[in-house]
Amino acid sequence: LGKKQIDTDTLEELEEILITADIGVKTTVDLVRTLEQRLKRAELQDGAALKQALKEEILVRLEANSAPLVVTDKKPFVILVIGVNGVGKTTTIGKLASRYAGEGKRVLLAAADTFRAAAAEQLETWAGRVGAEIVRHKEGADPSAVVFDACKAAAARGCDVLIIDTAGRMHTKVNLMEEMKKIRRVLTREIPDAPHETLLVLDAATGQNALSQAKLFKEAADVSGVVLTKLDGSAKGGIVVAVSHEYALPIRFIGVGEAVEDLREFDPAQFVEALFQ
Amino acid sequence: MFATLSDKLDLVFKKLRGQAVMTEDNVKDALREVRLALLEADVNFKVVKDFIERVRGRAVGTEVLQSLAPGQQVIKIVHDELVQLMGGAEDNSLDLAAKPPVAIMMVGLQGAGKTTSCGKLARFLKSQRKKTLLVPADVYRPAAIEQLKVLGRQLDVEVFDSTADQKPLDICRNATRYATLNGIDVVIYDTAGRHQIDDYLMEELEGIRDELAPREILFVADAMTGQEAVNVASGFNDRLGITGVVLTKLDGDAKGGAALSIKAVTGKPVKFVGLGEKLDALDVFHADRLVSRILGM
Ligand SMILES: Nc1nc2c(ncn2[C@@H]2O[C@H](COP(=O)(O)OP(=O)(O)OP(=O)(O)O)[C@@H](O)[C@H]2O)c(=O)[nH]1
Ligand SMILES: Nc1nc2c(ncn2[C@@H]2O[C@H](COP(=O)(O)OP(=O)(O)OP(=O)(O)O)[C@@H](O)[C@H]2O)c(=O)[nH]1
Ligand SMILES: [K+]
Ligand SMILES: [Mg+2]
Ligand SMILES: [Mg+2]
Repeated sequence: LGKKQIDTDTLEELEEILITADIGVKTTVDLVRTLEQRLKRAELQDGAALKQALKEEILVRLEANSAPLVVTDKKPFVILVIGVNGVGKTTTIGKLASRYAGEGKRVLLAAADTFRAAAAEQLETWAGRVGAEIVRHKEGADPSAVVFDACKAAAARGCDVLIIDTAGRMHTKVNLMEEMKKIRRVLTREIPDAPHETLLVLDAATGQNALSQAKLFKEAADVSGVVLTKLDGSAKGGIVVAVSHEYALPIRFIGVGEAVEDLREFDPAQFVEALFQ
Repeated sequence: MFATLSDKLDLVFKKLRGQAVMTEDNVKDALREVRLALLEADVNFKVVKDFIERVRGRAVGTEVLQSLAPGQQVIKIVHDELVQLMGGAEDNSLDLAAKPPVAIMMVGLQGAGKTTSCGKLARFLKSQRKKTLLVPADVYRPAAIEQLKVLGRQLDVEVFDSTADQKPLDICRNATRYATLNGIDVVIYDTAGRHQIDDYLMEELEGIRDELAPREILFVADAMTGQEAVNVASGFNDRLGITGVVLTKLDGDAKGGAALSIKAVTGKPVKFVGLGEKLDALDVFHADRLVSRILGM
């Protein structure tokens, strides 16, 4: 892209950058086509202008749905955290709990992953670390029962924020998706407008499959925001451009490490810059 | 919503309008569809590029020109070449041919499925009547040690006693001594997840490897991984010399093209696939099944 003259090689180079950042085939084709049209209209004179235009096109797509998570004074403000296995749900909850506890809020965590080995112990360690409270049951218990108890406890203790940790589940597994819907039903029954936020957690190293995850989780659980984790590695997480654009979902936070402070609010412009580094 | 590759190729060849021969142009159009299918399956950009060049050489030849169903013929060539790339019928069984206790070390990115795969392998070895020891050497992730202990209890397989205030290298060293004294056949070492660009943690793994001289260093990779699979896998392979791959989470709808990338850049075979969270959800790897999945056959 350093070249003065724009030719087919430049466009190919562009395509390579986009594909290797996991922007996805469809979005890449779409972006390249848009740029080709602008080229034809002679709007873009050289490689630098082309690159700038590309950044703008991506930014437009991200900003269309961009909005930070606003925790209102609903008491408790309920956040449901969902996603496939191992993406970083529990860790993100630990970080979020720390953020809200740090603002002086009383935070309660619900260990509704009763399936994975030592999932509740993991959440309990986080609760202890960040000064949050926790409701947990024994391994193998009904996750909805945990959620029910957590709702009661949050009301009784006057908690400000209630965050629900759920088991990792493949979006394609019908019975597990039904279990998640049941969790939601219990939440809504106990706290009428809950959950106030449903966060889908995506791993930055994920490729095209993130689109299927977003689609099916959104259909089943009315996702309202995305957290993109593990951006501290070499993966760029470009697939969220398509996720955000196609499913009208804001990216709320990014995870940039395993420590409690490694959570940032999503900054579209910064993210786009990082895609090209 | 998306037409299958086979449908798309049929369309390409319909344009031949009864012509029986396939030209360079037809091959080009067909390979463009193959290329998109592979990219959509998360095969790495460069791996796809090299692969397409290779297939082009084979496709523009007599066997295709004389074929009655060129679309199917191209798919078959692509399929065979991909199976070849994945190692075809090469031996991808677990290598335990060493003096016991034989060490297996599990490595990979955060959340890939290492600890779960340790449990699955322990179950697999137990079914072969191997006396197995599980060693938790992840002192970073909250409750990682407890996680492995729970799996050990579920399987009735011994888990070496360690605590999060110990050094991973010390845990491994002590566990090896314990295994030697107690007639253990196979020791599986679970390590903490880490990025291949994390110098400090990669050095830690090198130290453990040098101490254990493991027969197998299995790189655990998530089947949903995108383009970065090549960098991650070559990062781990360059520093540790992995011996094989466990491809996890194939029970979802990810195509798993990352496996092709990993094999292409490391040359190391996929040995097992993970097909679920439960400990029996482990299978030996079949290259042809993965390739059919990637091509949507
Ligand atoms: N480097 C890095 N690691 C992360 C980040 N977020 C989570 N992790 C790590 O990813 C691994 C999995 O995180 P968890 O929080 O257990 O993921 P989960 O989605 O709750 O997993 P399941 O409950 O098993 O589905 C752990 O090793 C975390 O430390 C991040 O932003 N950066
Ligand atoms: N669906 C499915 N889930 C899997 C599979 N293998 C592992 N998991 C799940 O993936 C999540 C992460 O697995 P772990 O074994 O904790 O991963 P890890 O690599 O040890 O994670 P860290 O130690 O945090 O780096 C858990 O929820 C597992 O149950 C698989 O083959 N299929
Ligand atoms: K990154
Ligand atoms: Mg979890
Ligand atoms: Mg682990």
